This record gives sequence, structure tokens and C-alpha cells, in this order.
Amino acid sequence: MKKSLIALASLSVCFTMSARAEDAITVVNFGGANANAQKVAYYEPIAKEGVKVTAVEYNGEQAKIKAMVDTKNVTWDVVEVESPDVARGCDEGLFEKLDYSKIAPKADLLPSAVTECGVGVFVWSTVMAYNGDKLKTAPTSWADFFDTKKIPGKRGMRKGARYNLEFALLADGVKPADVYKVLATKDGAERAFKKLTALKPNIQWWEAGAQAPQFLVAGDVVLSTVYNGRIDAANREGRNLKIYWPGGIYDLDYWVIPKGTAKKEAVYKFLNFAMKPENQAVYAQNIAYGPTNKKALAKLDKKVLGDLPTSDKNAKEALQFSTAFWADQGEALEKRFAAWATQ
Amino acid sequence: MSIPASVNPPLGDLHAALSRAESRRKWRAFTLTVPLLVFLLLTLLIPIAALLMRAVENPEVIKALPTTVKALAPWDRQSQPAAAVYAALVADLSHLPDTADAGALARRLNTEAPGARSLIMGAYRALPIEGDAEAVRQQLLDKDPRWAEIEFWQAIAKNGTRWTPDYLLASVDLRRDAQGHMERMPEEQRAYGGILLRTFQISLIVTLLCLLLAYPLAYWLSTLPERKANLLMIVVLVPFWTSILVRVAAWIVLLQSEGLINTALLDIGVISKPLELLFNRTGVIISMTHILLPFMILPLYSVMKSVPSTYVRAAVSLGSAPLAAFARVYIPQTLPGVGAGGLLVFILSIGYYITPALLGGADDQMLSYYIARYTNVEVNWGMACALGALLLAATMLLYGVYRRLGKTDLALA
Repeated sequence: MKKSLIALASLSVCFTMSARAEDAITVVNFGGANANAQKVAYYEPIAKEGVKVTAVEYNGEQAKIKAMVDTKNVTWDVVEVESPDVARGCDEGLFEKLDYSKIAPKADLLPSAVTECGVGVFVWSTVMAYNGDKLKTAPTSWADFFDTKKIPGKRGMRKGARYNLEFALLADGVKPADVYKVLATKDGAERAFKKLTALKPNIQWWEAGAQAPQFLVAGDVVLSTVYNGRIDAANREGRNLKIYWPGGIYDLDYWVIPKGTAKKEAVYKFLNFAMKPENQAVYAQNIAYGPTNKKALAKLDKKVLGDLPTSDKNAKEALQFSTAFWADQGEALEKRFAAWATQ
Repeated sequence: MSIPASVNPPLGDLHAALSRAESRRKWRAFTLTVPLLVFLLLTLLIPIAALLMRAVENPEVIKALPTTVKALAPWDRQSQPAAAVYAALVADLSHLPDTADAGALARRLNTEAPGARSLIMGAYRALPIEGDAEAVRQQLLDKDPRWAEIEFWQAIAKNGTRWTPDYLLASVDLRRDAQGHMERMPEEQRAYGGILLRTFQISLIVTLLCLLLAYPLAYWLSTLPERKANLLMIVVLVPFWTSILVRVAAWIVLLQSEGLINTALLDIGVISKPLELLFNRTGVIISMTHILLPFMILPLYSVMKSVPSTYVRAAVSLGSAPLAAFARVYIPQTLPGVGAGGLLVFILSIGYYITPALLGGADDQMLSYYIARYTNVEVNWGMACALGALLLAATMLLYGVYRRLGKTDLALA
């Protein structure tokens, strides 16, 4: 009798297991150290709750999502996207509208984490960094980044217009609060490009986020713009890279649901799990990106908090990335950047 | 004696029977090539036709704003548009079946007039806007004063047709002004001419370097006995079979400022500070030359194998200096190989993308980098297709020049 009960129980387990095939979802991220932190904090533990996550990496190509939605063949269930793409994709009908009652109480989340189609996953920042072992005079302002007399050597910068134009204006004396106001004017854009022109011979461009800390470690550049989490990841491997926080541009990455996914229930289970303060705290312990659930901060110790872009000290003179500005002006400015690079 | 007609038919009948048999044979031969033709049609001709079509297609505005376009027709494109135009716009927006249609419209107009995205979406979100034409106009202006800027209305008026030359014009740094006259792009938006030039420049240098390296090597290989030549050929082919990404990563290891080459040169004292070999033009050219070298070696080798050694010997025995014999007898016979290899390497390098992206700086990117950017990041497929068409046209043109100069068909064997 007992044996048959066990057999029955295991049989039913088998059935529930097979019934859960639809609880297997595909979550898309940008790879690297960030993907590992997400794996530890979200993908692996949620398996215990019956949702099996398959992680896929991409490079932010919205064309892939558009192709899936257009052909009604959606195989990605949750996708991490950068902030300008959330608004753009939402307008163009690529993403599902979110039901926050199934995710988290809106009041617990950062205001900028709550949008119609995307929920903020973490806060990251593009900052200035240098190698503490190699650079003797630490930079004290963004003007130093553009001053090759004071700190001689090459500068690493992201290939493209985004962030670099903001930094150029900061270096030119524009206050963080006014950066986007100035950049929106014709003269302001001119001014930013002019500032970059002066530095151009000393710029070494990076394409992938992982390249910037490599440049610093190898000594190819003395200063570099870099995603703060990459510095944290390098320091966990025993490097001594330092961040200059003021003037850093912080932004959120968002999770969106491509329109037409068949696994909405499991997707919401995943989002609900991942937005819980305790799980967000685990994430922040694994990579120095700020949690979007405010309650997670209380669960973090001082050391972890000190490295997050969201801590009071680090966020004090930071600049919030303007999604609205870049969604409107991005294409034109990137083209102008291409023209500028050719000259 | 009479001969039965069936045994010896008139000549006309024989001719017909022959040509029937001939045409049957021809058809049979043709049927054999059908699978290939279908394959070419599906994988090459249709995609290229679709690409060319997308480069001139412009459905977004006329589909979303039909009455606005009509209302704008009599407008002089300089003064403030009439209030009726505002009313038509709001009517059109409120008839859109889905947010996605507004999004597509906003994206299209934003590429013409930066800022139009938020303007259109703002108006769409503010719906319903009611009242007579003047009231509608006032409400739109209150919502966003940028509605008074005629730049946005010009963008709508200009794109009121199903087809547009704008993408193609932009790909050669031209544009139409508000009145539809052609003009050059403003200085700071003039990019693709320079990029196309750079693409050709890099490709040409890479082709020449490949030729310079491959010619002696292929010559040497062709003079070796079969077994040795095959062994060395494998050495040529192994990198050819390795993934491009792996080879690019290997070049980073070799060329970086603390890499093998720089440390070796520093150690033996040739240089006093590391050379900058990476993330600039040098790195791109070194790595591309390495990756494309087999495409030059193989056609050269196969042509050189078929050149009889007796000719050069004959020239020398008739009194020519060895070098002159090589230059005047041997080299001309290998020209088909040079042409084929050169064309192959050049055309492959024109489309190079990943190597310059990873090893080059901001001013080392080739045209395909921007095609990929417009496809993946900006999702502006019209512009991506126009740049693709430009690349296609440039390649065809070059091939035509090559045919004209070489007066021979492309021979790969």
C-alpha cells in the first residue's frame, strides 16, 4: 500500500513536471558580469518555485524583438532593454503593457522604475574610472578628463555620441542639472562636439563594456568612461580600479515582455520574484548596480552600499540620463558623431 | 525503282525531328538547373529586390495621416499651416487603429525632424482633442509649443507620398529641402561620402597587402613537390577554418600595448615606448589582411599550378635575364589569378564589419557597421537598405570596371 502510494506520488510529480513545461521561460540579458549576478539572484533560485529560466544573451538589438513580434513568433519571454528602447518599443507596440498588481507595489519601487511597458531592474551608471595602481594624480573633475596637460595619456570612451556629449558639456562647465537643456540647443551640441574635438587624438574608443576596464588594467588608457558594474567586477578579481562618481550618468535597465508571449503567467511569477527586496539585495551583493525596490537597500551592508550608484554619497552630483532627449535626438546625434569621426 | 517514303523521309521532316529532339534535350538540361534557379531566386534575387524596394518605400505618413497630407497640399511650406491642417491631424491620429501605428509614424517623422517622436506621441496620448479647427490648433499648441515650428509640418508634407528618394539621397549626403529641391546635407550631417571613401580605401590597402604577401607564397607553393605543397596548404587553410572572432581576439592579445609584439620589440630595444597597433587603422588592416589572405592565395596558387615552367625556361635560354623573364613571361600568365584573387578579397573586405568594430576606432568603421547600426539599434530599415543599395551599386560598378579592364570573365578555377 505504502509503496503504491509512493509510486502514485512520484507519478503525480511526473505529471506536474510535464505540466510545467510552459513554466520554462527565456530571459534575455546583456551577458557579462551582470548576467552572472542575475543568474545567482534570480534565475537559479526561482527554479525552486517551479519556473525554469533559460538565459540568452544579446546586444540590445531591438530589430530582433521587432522581427519576432512582426512575424508572431515570439520565443523570448522577458528581455532586458536600455531605457530609450523601452519608450520607443512601447510606442511602436513591441511590448506588452505591464500589470503591476502582479509584479510589486508601485510605491516600493523607484519612481523611474515604473513605466507602462517596462519595469526597472537595476540602476547603473556611466562614470569616470582610473587605475589606482598606475595613476598618481587622481582626477578631481570632468575638466581633468579633457585636460591632457594635467593628466597626460589616452582616454577611453564609448564609441558613439551617447554619454560623451554630456561629459563634454560637464567638462566645459555646464552644471549637471542644465546639461540636457544646453545639449538640446544647436549651440550646445556644437559646444559639446567642439570639446570632444580637442580631445580626439587622445581618445581610444571602446565598443563593448568589458573593454574599458581591460584598457585601464593594461595601461592603454589612464582615464576611461566605464559602466560602474564593470569596475566592481574587475576589482572582485583583485584589480585596484577607482571610480570618480560626480557627474556620472545613471540610468535604469528595464525588463519588458515582447508582445505575444504565450507564457505570461510564468513571466509574471518571474517578475514578482525578481522584484522582491530580498532577491534584489542578493543581486546588488553580486554586482554593484542599485536595486530598484527601495526596500532592498535596508538589507544591504555599508560596504555594498558604498559601491552602488544609488547610495546618497555617489548619487549626490550625478546626472540622470534623459531617455526623452535621446529618444528624440539620438539618431541625428549619432549620425553627427559618425560625420564628426570622419573629419 | 521507287523508294518508300517511310524509309527515306523528305529533308524537311528530318530537320523538324532533329530540332524537336534537340529542344527536348535542352528542356531536360534546363529542368536540371531549375532547383538552382529557384534557390538563387529565393535567397538572392528576391531579398535584393526587397532591399531595393525598402530603400524607397515610405508608407508610414500617407498610411497614418491621409487627410492631413491632403490638407497640406495647397500649403506653401513656409508660412504657418492653416488651423484646418491641425484639425485633420487630430482626426487622423484618432482614427489610428493601434498605438503601434502612431509609433511607426513617430519614428518615421523623427528621422526627418528630430523631436517629432515626442511631439506626435504627445498629441496621440492627449487624445481626444475636441472642438472646431481653431480650438484644436490652440489645444495642440498649449500642449506643446513646438507645433508652431513649421519644420515638423514640412516633414509631414514632404513624406506624403508612397515612395521617397530621401533614404537614397541621404546615403550619398544629399537631401530635399522643404520645397523639394535637392541640396547637400548640412556640414555636420555629411557622413556617408567619407565613410564610403574610407571603406574603399581600407579595402584597397588590404587587397594590395594580400597580393604582396600571397604572390611570393603562392609561387613558392606552386614550385614545391605535391606532398610538401599539400602540407603547407593545410597551414594556410587552418586559420581560414578558424572562427573570425577567435582570430580577432588573438590579434588583440598580440597587438595590445603590453602584448607579445610590443613586449618583444621593447625587450630587444627596437622601440622605447609601445607602438599603437590596436584600436586604430593599423590594427584593422593587419587583422583584415590576415583573415582574407587565403582568398588571395588559393586562386593564385591554382592559376600558377597550371602555368608551364617551360615558357620561362625558353625565355631564359633565348637570352632573357631571369628577372625579366619572370616579369614579362611568368607574371602575365598569372594575371587571371591576380584578378580573381584581388576581386574576391576586395569585395569581401568592402562588407567587413566585425573586425573594424572590435579592432578599430570611431573613424575606422566601414559602411556595414552603419548598416548594422540602422538595422539593429535605430531600427530605421529604410536607411539601412539605402546604405545596402549604395554598397551593392558600388560593388557592381567596380565589377563592371574590372570586366572592362580585364576584358575577361571572372575565372576562379
